[in-house]
Amino acid sequence: MTSELIDRLRAYPPTGHPPSFATADVAYAVHDTALGRMLLARKGSGPLVASVFVTDSTVEDRTLDRLASAVSPRVVRIPEALDDVRRRLDDYLAGGRRVLGVELDWALASPWQRVVLGALARRVPYGARTTYGQLAAWAGRPRAARAVGAALGANPLCVLVPCHRVVAARGALTGYAGGLAAKALLLDLEARAA
Amino acid sequence: MPLPPFQRLVDAYWRDVARLAHALMGGDEGDDVAQQAWTQAYAAYPSVRSSANLRAWLLTITHRCAMDAHRARRRRPTPVDDGPLHASAARTPAAAADATLPDALLWRRVVALPDRQRDAVLLRYVADLEHRDIARALGTTATATRRLVSDGLATLRRDLT
Repeated sequence: MTSELIDRLRAYPPTGHPPSFATADVAYAVHDTALGRMLLARKGSGPLVASVFVTDSTVEDRTLDRLASAVSPRVVRIPEALDDVRRRLDDYLAGGRRVLGVELDWALASPWQRVVLGALARRVPYGARTTYGQLAAWAGRPRAARAVGAALGANPLCVLVPCHRVVAARGALTGYAGGLAAKALLLDLEARAA
Repeated sequence: MPLPPFQRLVDAYWRDVARLAHALMGGDEGDDVAQQAWTQAYAAYPSVRSSANLRAWLLTITHRCAMDAHRARRRRPTPVDDGPLHASAARTPAAAADATLPDALLWRRVVALPDRQRDAVLLRYVADLEHRDIARALGTTATATRRLVSDGLATLRRDLT
């Protein structure tokens, strides 16, 4: 009798809907681009703090964990907060613009990544390419091509900080977080427009 | 353990918060109370010290928001055309049971329970909280909580036979 009553109480039906938030310390969206699925995150309505390829579900979880510890645990999915960035990115990937014009935040980058990615962003414009060795030299560690590769591989601001423009000394495409097809697509896009 | 991204709490627990909010409010204003609970949880989240038992933390906030809503409702003047029935129902926190619920007879009886018995029963069986978490939400001891739950069940059993 009591257990039947408890079962009836437990059977209170599902109801309601998820809460909505207008803004958050970190707002993010998962966006399907021409290159594949990407996670974009910004600080409130401020700079972009993450742009990574979601090649599997663990990437999304790990990126959100890193944002929670590096920026704020108040990480909330608010797709509308990224509408402007998504539009710019789509436009860029369709060849409609050469500059994304989005302010960047380096919270997820290590000090070494900031050196390497900073040099890359400053020195390698749209349509240009460089090599791991050249980037190592610019970063002040000419023999650290391998460490440059590691820094690029974990780029928290893919596409916006153009690690796709870094190729092997003989011109081979080598690796890319979004897959080699994505890298080829980006380089082709820039070559056509240049 | 660092705090997980807030969105993980939303994804894991929004259904639990919504059900409890609706049950505590008798269906009425449940959506508002659930949203308020999330807004308060978001505001307080950075100062949470332990990531253990975040579910109980959220449901305790939900309960508090429901109590606030009941208090606000009691302060509001009752519209004249609502008649005496509504005015007397407003004494109890859950003013009315949601007639659209399956098992509406049971939920009418739950609404009619004394306030603390009803809260204890709902926190125990709709929210599925442990006695010590319910005790914290109600500002009492685990022993008193067990008594509230069993008294509530006894009353319901009597009413339903």
